[in-house]
Amino acid sequence: MNASRPGRARVPRGLHRQLNEATPIIEIRNVDKFFGNFQALKNVSLTVRTGERVVVCGPSGSGKSTLIRCVNRLEEHSAGQVFVDGIELTDETENIKAVRMEVGMVFQQFNLFPHLTVLENLTVGPIRVRKQSKADAIRLAKMYLDRVHIPEQAEKYPAQLSGGQQQRVAIARSLCMEPKIMLFDEPTSALDPEMINEVLEVMIELAESGMTMICVTHEMGFAKKAADTMVFMEGGEIIETAPPKVFFESPSSERCRMFLDQILEH
Amino acid sequence: MAATPSSAAARAPNFKEPGWARTGYRALKRHLRSAPASILIYIAVMYLVVYASLTGAEAMGYNWQWYRIPDYLYQLTDDGFQWGEISIGLVKTITLSGQSFLFAVAAGLFVALLRLSGLVVGTGVAVAYLEFVRNMPLLVLLYVFYYVLGPIFSLDRYTASVLCLGVFHSALLSEIFRAGINAVGIGQWEAAKSVGMSKAQAYRYIILPQSVKFMLPPVLGEAVHLIKSSAIVSVIAVAELTTIGRDLISYTYMSFEIWFTIAAVYLVVTLALSVFVSLLEKRYEVST
Repeated sequence: MNASRPGRARVPRGLHRQLNEATPIIEIRNVDKFFGNFQALKNVSLTVRTGERVVVCGPSGSGKSTLIRCVNRLEEHSAGQVFVDGIELTDETENIKAVRMEVGMVFQQFNLFPHLTVLENLTVGPIRVRKQSKADAIRLAKMYLDRVHIPEQAEKYPAQLSGGQQQRVAIARSLCMEPKIMLFDEPTSALDPEMINEVLEVMIELAESGMTMICVTHEMGFAKKAADTMVFMEGGEIIETAPPKVFFESPSSERCRMFLDQILEH
Repeated sequence: MAATPSSAAARAPNFKEPGWARTGYRALKRHLRSAPASILIYIAVMYLVVYASLTGAEAMGYNWQWYRIPDYLYQLTDDGFQWGEISIGLVKTITLSGQSFLFAVAAGLFVALLRLSGLVVGTGVAVAYLEFVRNMPLLVLLYVFYYVLGPIFSLDRYTASVLCLGVFHSALLSEIFRAGINAVGIGQWEAAKSVGMSKAQAYRYIILPQSVKFMLPPVLGEAVHLIKSSAIVSVIAVAELTTIGRDLISYTYMSFEIWFTIAAVYLVVTLALSVFVSLLEKRYEVST
């Protein structure tokens, strides 16, 4: 299938291709982001390697969502550079499209297409963007519905599903584009408590399958289970980057410790 | 300074307690809303209108000739069935309105997308077009099309009318389209982008199908409006319903009968369309 993809503009890769598993797939270099006068990101740098699972946490308004939205250019960074799979994100629409085809995104509010059935939600991207045949797209969609444990809901409309089911459909919709990277923007924050686990389960299965993931979440149980790297942000800056063991047991910064105390209290 | 809430409440005039005037007004409103009251009022108004025109006509010695009207709707002669002049005018009004409406929808959508394009030039052009067309009387616009643009581009009176009505209503429709497109949440755009769709694809597959629901009622309302305003092209003598009515009167002198009939024909067409709109709205409510 890779062979049938349209050609795309790439920046020179240098040595990246020859490296294996540990290839950096996302490189965020010194990124600033301004909303008017408000600076949402301050000189943020982050490297994510192929297969790495990164969990980003921090108080609200700390720039977590803005950071991952810069990875598929739902937000344009004001300064610095963002590379995804060797492609630099610039105003070049070809580059943006190429990156978006490799990066799946799951939103807090699901953002399913309400006028389409579940199956159509899953196939509209592959058919219209990837130019797959309808039969192939449906086969793929059914496979991913199976993977998120709701094969029986294919013909329903999103409004007929529970929040947890909708979010799983949203995950399947992203997977149908066969992305190399998945971004999760607080995927469980809009869910009723009893539905959080069914979504986290799917995310853990996805993590076990080797998908590169960046998750913005407050679910520290998920983070302990699935994360390779924890990132703590505050005030638009990355304060701490550490493996979960170090992060939860002996965070180096005082602010990070205070944050963890607050959310791990209950 | 340290006034307690209770003392403040005691000093304030109490608006919640209904006075006698307020109670009476409410009772009246309740009665006026009931179905029998509405029907009664309707009958009374219609009676007044008919009575006033009849007595008025009688006072001026008007000679009613309703029996001649059906001849102008259809004729059964030895040659067989033939449509009358009013019916021919109606068909012309409908084709004129239909063509203008299609043009208006296409142009309106284009202007709306231009305005939403985010390009400074696009937005500027769209806003200029909208304000220019919307703030000009339809009659003046028609004169511009027929007497100014007509000779330049050699437009006949029918084409000039279609273009004029199309342009005028495209401006109004573009605002409806814009509102409908904006009514679809930003999250839908983000989801469409995140599966790699271009702006055009997002519009085509995600945004416009959802905004139809918001647009449909006002757009069809605009169609009704267009049919009615199409009467204005009678001033440049396009042979549609109103022009035919005027011509008939000029040689039959039955102004009351003809104008009542013409009004009724417009009413039937627009009412039929309105009923269609409300049925369509119901269907959309069910399906979403």
